[in-house]
Amino acid sequence: MMELVCPAGTPAALRAAVDAGAHAVYCGFADETNARNFPGLNFERDEMAESVAYAHQGGAKVLVAINTFPRAGAEEIWHRALADAESAGCDAVILADVGLLAHAAEHHPGLRRHLSVQAAAANPDIINYYASEFDVKRVVLPRILTVAEIAAINREIDVETEAFVFGGLCVMAEGRCSLSSYITGKSPNMNGVCSPASHVVYAEEGSDLVARLGGQMVHRVAKDDPVPYPTLCKGCFSAGDQTGHVFEDAVSLDASELIPALAKAGVSALKIEGRQRSRSYVAEVVRNFRAAVEAVEAGLPVPAGTLGALAEGQAATSGAYQKKWR
Amino acid sequence: MTQGPVHFPVFNPMLSRAVGLLPMMPLTLALSALARRISVRHPRILRRLAGSIDKRFAIDPTDLPFVLLMDFPGGTPRITVQRNADGADCRIAGTLSALLGLVHGSCDGDALFFSRDLVIEGDTSATLALRNAIDDAELDLSEEVASLTPPLAGLIGQFAAICERRTGLSLQRAKGGM
Repeated sequence: MMELVCPAGTPAALRAAVDAGAHAVYCGFADETNARNFPGLNFERDEMAESVAYAHQGGAKVLVAINTFPRAGAEEIWHRALADAESAGCDAVILADVGLLAHAAEHHPGLRRHLSVQAAAANPDIINYYASEFDVKRVVLPRILTVAEIAAINREIDVETEAFVFGGLCVMAEGRCSLSSYITGKSPNMNGVCSPASHVVYAEEGSDLVARLGGQMVHRVAKDDPVPYPTLCKGCFSAGDQTGHVFEDAVSLDASELIPALAKAGVSALKIEGRQRSRSYVAEVVRNFRAAVEAVEAGLPVPAGTLGALAEGQAATSGAYQKKWR
Repeated sequence: MTQGPVHFPVFNPMLSRAVGLLPMMPLTLALSALARRISVRHPRILRRLAGSIDKRFAIDPTDLPFVLLMDFPGGTPRITVQRNADGADCRIAGTLSALLGLVHGSCDGDALFFSRDLVIEGDTSATLALRNAIDDAELDLSEEVASLTPPLAGLIGQFAAICERRTGLSLQRAKGGM
């Protein structure tokens, strides 16, 4: 069966994921070492150890994301995160930075290494490089590949691949996007925050809801229209006499119907995005996708889901997998 | 995958007006006592809120004629019932049913935000920290009230379950998510 890798931003969400049937849960420490460094989110060291024990008792693995890029002179913060993840008993770490991969391979050789989507490894040569140099066992594929491209990659590599199937859709080559940094000075790559909450202000203006990021308006949403996240890539802008979404509409990824195709393309694991979401979201999405992977394993069609209301913009896309998305 | 919008019950307008006639001070005292009790029983809430402990949060049930202003003087929670959100650093607004659903984990905050069943204004960092702290605490307000009056715990639980069935309000911790 394909492995279902599920998000947890808090210990409660981790328990919800395990109870709902996650095969693996990914999470991070409450600091800048992971790409979801949001207020009130993530795991203190004692919480990580407790949560790993809970997951293992429920038959699930825990993958710790240490997937930001260490700042020069502050590498110790990331090195400590690696050591603490190992001592908490986690099953693998998810890394993006070459230096951190080298450190992990040298100082924590027994700790399984996955390559984060933040590394943007999108072709066989670079994946084989990470595998040969740092003994990476699995690569999380960027959300810019078609199913056919994933199949082509899998034919030329010997490591597992993991593909996103649901949740917030980053439309950029992750780890290389500077949009958030451009407008706020902070990025998911270095600080673990895309469009950080500290730079976001919402205000009701009449019946409209206006979102500003770093003082710049990125959305004005009319009453009864769905509200997107306040990111530049999903922003709605006016230029001349045109108004529209420059990069992408406010939609979420839902590739549930592509699970059989992804299995055929050689994908080992399916990833659900959403460490910033509630335990309620985690439970509902995991339950739906566990049923889907079990159905595919049994040769049955993917069951129709009920997750539309959970999606950003309350609309879903299959993203780049089918290249219908612009 | 599609799903129609979730509809949250709205507090009866007549009853809401009647509630508005009640004196605010007893409610202020009772809710502050409950908040203090919760913070003692769930210390990780304050740990998750650490970066926003100096903020004042307006919890605004839009179908009720008052706002709950929550702050943490000396690190201890205090809730003041008032008519508007004056003095708050951030405002979290939605029907009482939506807000209770968030507390009890029966609905997802981002989904409510996307559908505009939940509106946030002001300090977004503080709002997120509070949302995440409450979600992680897996609160059950009926249990918390019962813990204030242990001899009545059984009765309170039964009463909450009856009210939940009759009103559609989420009054107890959700079992297994939505």
